[in-house]
Amino acid sequence: MTQLALVIDLNVCVGCHACVTNCKEWNTSGIAGPLVDMNPYGADPTGTFFNRVQTYEAGEFPKTETLHFPKSCLHCEEPPCVPVCPTGASFKRAEDGIVLVDYDKCIGCKYCSWACPYGVREFDEQQKVMKKCTLCVDRIYDASLPEKERKPACVLACPTSARLFGDVHDPESEVSVAIRERGGYQLMPEWGSKPSNHYLPRRKTNIRIHEDELVRADNPLVKEGHLPKPALDEPSFDDVMF
Amino acid sequence: MEYKALQDPSDRIEVKNTTCYMCACRCGIRVTLKNGEVRYIQGNPDHPLNQGVICAKGSSGIMKQYSPARLTKPLLRKQGTERGDAQFEAISWDQAFGIMEERLGRIRAEDPKKFALFTGRDQMQALTGLFARQFGTPNYAAHGGFCSVNMAAGMVYTIGGSFWEFGGPDLDRAKLFVMIGTAEDHHSNPLKIALSKFKRNGGRFISVNPVRTGYSAIADEWVPIKPGTDGALLLAIIHELIAMGLYDREFLVNYTNAAELVNMDDASSEYGMFVRFEVPPEEGCFDAQNKLWWDRELDHPISTHTPGADPYLLGDFKLSDGTPVKPSFQLLKERVEEYTPEWAERITGIPAETIRRLAHEMGVTARDQKIELPIAWTDVWDNEHKTVTGNPVAFHAMRGLAAHSNGFHTIRALSILMSILGTIDRPGGFRHKAPFPRPIPPCAKTPKGPEGVQPNTVLGGMPLGWPADPDDLFVDEAGEPVRIDKAFSWEYPLSVHGLMHNVITNAWRGDPYPIDTLLIFMANMAWNSSMHTDDVRRMLNDKNENGDYKIPFIIVADAFQSEMTAFADLVLPDTTYLERYDVMSILDRPISEFDGPVDSVRIPVVPPLGECKPFQEVLIEMGSRLKLPAFVDKDGKRKYRDYPDFIVNYETEPGSGIGFLSGWRGTAGEKFMRGEPNPRQWEMYAKNDCVYHHELPKSYQYMRNWNQGYLEWARNVRLTRYAEPINIHIYSEVLQKFRLAAQGKSIGKQPPARLKKRIEKFCDPLPFYYEPLEAQLSDLQKYPLNAVTQRPMAMYHSWDSQNAWLRQIHAHNYLMVNPVVGKANGFEDGDWVWVESQWGKVRCMARFTEAVEPGTVWTWNAIGKASGAWGLTPDANESKKGFLLNHVISEELPPHADGEHISNSDPLTGQAAWYDVRVKVYKAADDEPQETSPQYKPMPKFPGMGVAKTIQAFFAGKGEWK
Amino acid sequence: MHPAFSVIFLTTLIGIGQGLFLALYTGEVYALFKVLPPQDGQQFYGMGSLLVMVFLGLGLFASFFHLGHPERAWRAATRWRTSWLSREVIALPAFMGVAFLYGVTHWLGMETPVVYIGSVGLSISLILGAIATLLCFTLFVCTGMIYACIKFLQEWHSPLTVLNFILLGSASGFTLATAFAYFAAPDLVDFYGAWAIIITGGALLTRGASLIRNARLKPKSTIQTAIGVRHTKVVQKAQGFMGSSFNTREFFHHMPAAVVRSVKWVFLVLVFPVPVVFLGSGLMSSSAALMVLAVLVQYAGLLAERWFFFAQANHPQNLYYQSIA
Ligand SMILES: Nc1nc2c(c(=O)[nH]1)N[C@H]1C(S)=C(S)[C@@H](COP(=O)(O)OP(=O)(O)OC[C@H]3O[C@@H](n4cnc5c(=O)[nH]c(N)nc54)[C@H](O)[C@@H]3O)O[C@H]1N2
Ligand SMILES: Nc1nc2c(c(=O)[nH]1)N[C@H]1C(S)=C(S)[C@@H](COP(=O)(O)OP(=O)(O)OC[C@H]3O[C@@H](n4cnc5c(=O)[nH]c(N)nc54)[C@H](O)[C@@H]3O)O[C@H]1N2
Ligand code: SF4
Ligand code: SF4
Ligand code: SF4
Ligand code: SF4
Ligand code: SF4
Ligand SMILES: [Mo]
Repeated sequence: MTQLALVIDLNVCVGCHACVTNCKEWNTSGIAGPLVDMNPYGADPTGTFFNRVQTYEAGEFPKTETLHFPKSCLHCEEPPCVPVCPTGASFKRAEDGIVLVDYDKCIGCKYCSWACPYGVREFDEQQKVMKKCTLCVDRIYDASLPEKERKPACVLACPTSARLFGDVHDPESEVSVAIRERGGYQLMPEWGSKPSNHYLPRRKTNIRIHEDELVRADNPLVKEGHLPKPALDEPSFDDVMF
Repeated sequence: MEYKALQDPSDRIEVKNTTCYMCACRCGIRVTLKNGEVRYIQGNPDHPLNQGVICAKGSSGIMKQYSPARLTKPLLRKQGTERGDAQFEAISWDQAFGIMEERLGRIRAEDPKKFALFTGRDQMQALTGLFARQFGTPNYAAHGGFCSVNMAAGMVYTIGGSFWEFGGPDLDRAKLFVMIGTAEDHHSNPLKIALSKFKRNGGRFISVNPVRTGYSAIADEWVPIKPGTDGALLLAIIHELIAMGLYDREFLVNYTNAAELVNMDDASSEYGMFVRFEVPPEEGCFDAQNKLWWDRELDHPISTHTPGADPYLLGDFKLSDGTPVKPSFQLLKERVEEYTPEWAERITGIPAETIRRLAHEMGVTARDQKIELPIAWTDVWDNEHKTVTGNPVAFHAMRGLAAHSNGFHTIRALSILMSILGTIDRPGGFRHKAPFPRPIPPCAKTPKGPEGVQPNTVLGGMPLGWPADPDDLFVDEAGEPVRIDKAFSWEYPLSVHGLMHNVITNAWRGDPYPIDTLLIFMANMAWNSSMHTDDVRRMLNDKNENGDYKIPFIIVADAFQSEMTAFADLVLPDTTYLERYDVMSILDRPISEFDGPVDSVRIPVVPPLGECKPFQEVLIEMGSRLKLPAFVDKDGKRKYRDYPDFIVNYETEPGSGIGFLSGWRGTAGEKFMRGEPNPRQWEMYAKNDCVYHHELPKSYQYMRNWNQGYLEWARNVRLTRYAEPINIHIYSEVLQKFRLAAQGKSIGKQPPARLKKRIEKFCDPLPFYYEPLEAQLSDLQKYPLNAVTQRPMAMYHSWDSQNAWLRQIHAHNYLMVNPVVGKANGFEDGDWVWVESQWGKVRCMARFTEAVEPGTVWTWNAIGKASGAWGLTPDANESKKGFLLNHVISEELPPHADGEHISNSDPLTGQAAWYDVRVKVYKAADDEPQETSPQYKPMPKFPGMGVAKTIQAFFAGKGEWK
Repeated sequence: MHPAFSVIFLTTLIGIGQGLFLALYTGEVYALFKVLPPQDGQQFYGMGSLLVMVFLGLGLFASFFHLGHPERAWRAATRWRTSWLSREVIALPAFMGVAFLYGVTHWLGMETPVVYIGSVGLSISLILGAIATLLCFTLFVCTGMIYACIKFLQEWHSPLTVLNFILLGSASGFTLATAFAYFAAPDLVDFYGAWAIIITGGALLTRGASLIRNARLKPKSTIQTAIGVRHTKVVQKAQGFMGSSFNTREFFHHMPAAVVRSVKWVFLVLVFPVPVVFLGSGLMSSSAALMVLAVLVQYAGLLAERWFFFAQANHPQNLYYQSIA
């Protein structure tokens, strides 16, 4: 069984928000659109976005880590948002595991959003239905797009290619390999919702310099004749050894 | 519900390529239109620069295109209203052109310098500069002076190339990458692409920055530094590298002037100059190869690059005539002697241990992880090399270094550090991008005196150039400036990009003279690109005793209802990037890659809104009306139909074959770089993703300063005039020449008495550290903190507050402070506080963060806006909660020994010292209004602006968005 | 959670309606066993059922304000297999329907036994009442489970939630029944009054228990598990947008902690001791005014209780929406 998902590499995400606005522009004129903006030119503008990039800090100065953290619907394998929906508007597709909302059925009761621990569902204040990331279901199967571009908008946009897309059930897929080899993890595992989207943690590269790398015979100072040289008249072993 | 692509056969879907201009990076974009409306903007996967990716701004182009803040009609200030009130009436383009033709025609006939043309973060300096030159005014510059001219000048005067658009780190091959003072840069997407590849390849990434955000977030190590002290850090690293012998001796000997002998006879007029053994056969703007080394074998001076010679880098020697000489590297070593890591620790706040370790990491990586590519090349001295080698330590730096008044020397220090590590134009290090490397300094020159400015005459030189010695300065007999911004004068001798940040103040004061008309294109000088904004707004509106404005006429060409437009007498509505032709010309700063020159174009994807007219067309029209020679034929008849026609047919000189675009030249498009105009050039660009990319042969791609093949190629395509080697200036003779003039030791131009000390001090041929000028003139007890800004990745300067999507990400800004600062000053996270400098104060909200060095406070740049501007309601967050730091930054230093109105800039380049400001922060009183201060009267909506919806649901293709 | 007024009214109104129904039916059953005197079908059960319908109707009405698309509300009945909300959507009208019939049969006087179990004769209304009682409890359970089933809303995820809904609804219903009986069946006043006090006391125990439980809850989700970073000090700096979003509006009450705390004390006072005192003195002094006051005060208290019920529930998604910068 296929389970499509995103894998987000926090090791390279620089928090640029490209995935945020590219998602918005793709989806607002797509099957999930329009994505309304309220007060777009006034005080406290607010709108429907499927993807947000947040910033966290860990530690105290000077040992501070800054973490950029993109988050959209995680397309859980056991999505708590689905069974609670009274209308069946929220559903998980059997064929590819994408969790979707059927806007024609949604009554806008918001109950599914209560049942999502991740805060990724957004109620559309104009259309009065629940919305969320569709995994760009209207791109990834669109045969009129070149094969390479049948990927979610956010994935194509991401300048650091921090967003990988693929089938996490296929052990050989890029995403599965990444999860396996680079410690991919799930958010809030404590709830058993089994998010399909995974995150790849930060990794540090350090250099270790050995003493002997600093003091070496090929030191160019030798050529300048400026390496410390004992004076000729200093005593030497050579003078006293048999 | 069926989840299939929305395909309605009746929809008209078009896909067009052009170039993004949501920022200066210039990525290739692919725009999908549905029934004529912009449906999707994506990165063009076939574009060399961004390879298909796109950023947050680029992805929000739709909201720029359909923004209600757009100007759509030429506007004239209403009679009897004040500047700043923004009371306009719509006029026709005919009227607008009439007004300009009459006014500019008169100025040109009387005194062309009374017309000043300054442009902001634009990408068409080739055309605006040409216009200014043809008009005959010296008063032209773009944003470089307030942006990063230190970076350009500091590096170009050292290695013949620079970061910024002219070169960058080769992260494909680097193993260690040190990024200094960079938040977002002009090289936005490409840098992000490269960074992630670099990290994934296991490279080590170190960021030196007072703040840890953005790129620095993913650094393996964050080295927090006190602002303005990088010079100390870099010099200490150089100290350590030299002390440990961790420099690339071979590179220094062969490719820099490190081994060249400097005259040490302080009685001589040649003191501090390289000794030369013969007069060069040909003079030109290149370094003649007539200097000396001291050979180790012969123990004798010898002509540099003599085959088999092995010179000393260190030591002191005497020529046969008794002249004491030293290799310049010896001078550098002596210079950095006192710059120990312990010394730097006290200044930078970085532990000496860390500084040493950084130096060791750099030195050892450079030495032990050498790259060798099987690419044979020949150097200019005819030595054949079987391989290209490189030392994989790369650097990148931007305004964190540049925007300080000690930036030039700091950046020289960085360039020298990169050079002693042997990383210039080599794999894994710094790589040039065409048209760089250029000679040190490049050949372009301004006129040398007031005689270069004559009525009805083309300017007698370039409006901007690269002084090589004091005689190149653009000053009058008394040594005083000719330009309104005082660029190329003794005050700022190497101000190669002008000093746009002083134009309004100088013009207002009439110092050095009053002007008549100021044309501002794409710069928001009444807000975020002025220092001391509040004052500048007053100056723009200030009148003399007769009741006339001190700056009599202001024209603003803008696309949006910016703060600056409010102060215009005449507003020219520009198109957006999706509506116009544009070129990223090889004559300006093209989007070249490491592997060869690249230039690109924009081709309209939608028709202009309302009466918007591309500013390019305005210039062609005005050039033709004013009969500027480049725009008319011998009979004074208009030469070019329009801008596209101009681009195709214009040649720098008749028959030169050099024009704005380098691709598909020649009558059939068979030539590149040079060639006859090709009538089908636009078509060919259009067919090729709007880019021309000339990939150099591999053997020309490295070591270009000294690569015979490359240099000859460059000469033959006329990128350069000479194919002479471009040796790195570890020691800057150019600066020494200025110093000698100040010491009265040279013939030729001499600085005015008041500036002698300044020139002597700052024109040091070797980098040195000094505290930023403003700090030297501030009460640091009273104003203990540094205040800096950073670029947010999702906003471009002031442009994007009109953008419904982007402004949701940054609707207002906070002052980011270390909790320690809050504790010490009695305020909490989220409190309203005052930031106060000796120049003024701003009220804002504070946010605590552990990711900032405790001596620094920072905020996002240009998020705060004036009430009512940018198509926003007067109560929008931007003007109530957002704030502009510029109010507390001064464009001039307090009066001091060098003079009364000295720019708050680098004393060499005139680079605006934005990040030198010192502030204190304290809690606002509880009864104060919870909004930013200063506040301004809300700007009204202008005639022709769109409707700002309160509920907006964009959906392309239904015919609702035009 | 953000306390939505539609849901506060919905749950409190149907709660009181359900409670009243249970009171009526209890009375009838007691009467059946002759523990209580029989009452007039029309005046007491008929009018009483009408009152029940009014509360349920108002509740239903309020619930529509919670829906983005009330016109599609019928769809909500389709997922009863998995969704407690769907089950509630079925249970509520079902209960209303049967309770309505119950009232109608009483009104029409269909009180003669039609079936005998031993000596006990069961009338149609009595049978309908039994069914309605079943549905009433089902509805209580459904309503409670809507909240109790969401495991990461730890404050709600407990059988106490269901118990509280049952007891608080019943308490308010019995209090109402006391006042109602004063006018319609004076000889039942003491009976209802006593039970109202007992159930209110029971509700205090369970509600108090849930308060104590909630105060001791240790959130299972932390910022560390939310973003997967194991560091003892992690804080959010920017949530990614500055105005607001559904996620900042729906899941947080945006009230100072002091307000929330006061609301807790307000409801603890208004729901439990005050009505008990009013009822007690009302019973003793036979004062209608005091009884009506008890109803009003307790209902007001329940509004506060329900507000607090939502406000106190700390949704783990809030971990992601803590700061703007
Ligand atoms: N998204 C976006 N991209 C942009 C722009 C934009 O507005 N938005 N603007 C474009 C323009 S015009 C420019 S000039 C470039 C500028 O590109 P950058 O130079 O990257 O931009 P700044 O935001 O000035 O970043 C300066 C950085 O230096 C740090 N800094 C300040 N003082 C010091 C110091 O003394 N030492 C060190 N080591 N660091 C210091 C600051 O914390 C900050 O991180 O960006 C370009 N790209
Ligand atoms: N405090 C502080 N101030 C700074 C800086 C800082 O770091 N800190 N950075 C400085 C730097 S590096 C720079 S480069 C400057 C940038 O400063 P500017 O270049 O002056 O400012 P911008 O905000 O880029 O806006 C220029 C104008 O261009 C207009 N515009 C946008 N698109 C178009 C178009 O297509 N056509 C026309 N005609 N107009 C258009 C916008 O509406 C805006 O009014 O800011 C400087 N100011
Ligand atoms: S992340 Fe939330 S909305 Fe998405 S499937 Fe999981 S529970 Fe449902
Ligand atoms: S809001 Fe829509 S999708 Fe969510 S639970 Fe209600 S009906 Fe289902
Ligand atoms: S997959 Fe598509 S819908 Fe989901 S966040 Fe990415 S762009 Fe948005
Ligand atoms: S586009 Fe990529 S790098 Fe940028 S915020 Fe999103 S995931 Fe991170
Ligand atoms: S980096 Fe600049 S040019 Fe490139 S897509 Fe973003 S806004 Fe456009
Ligand atoms: Mo800039």
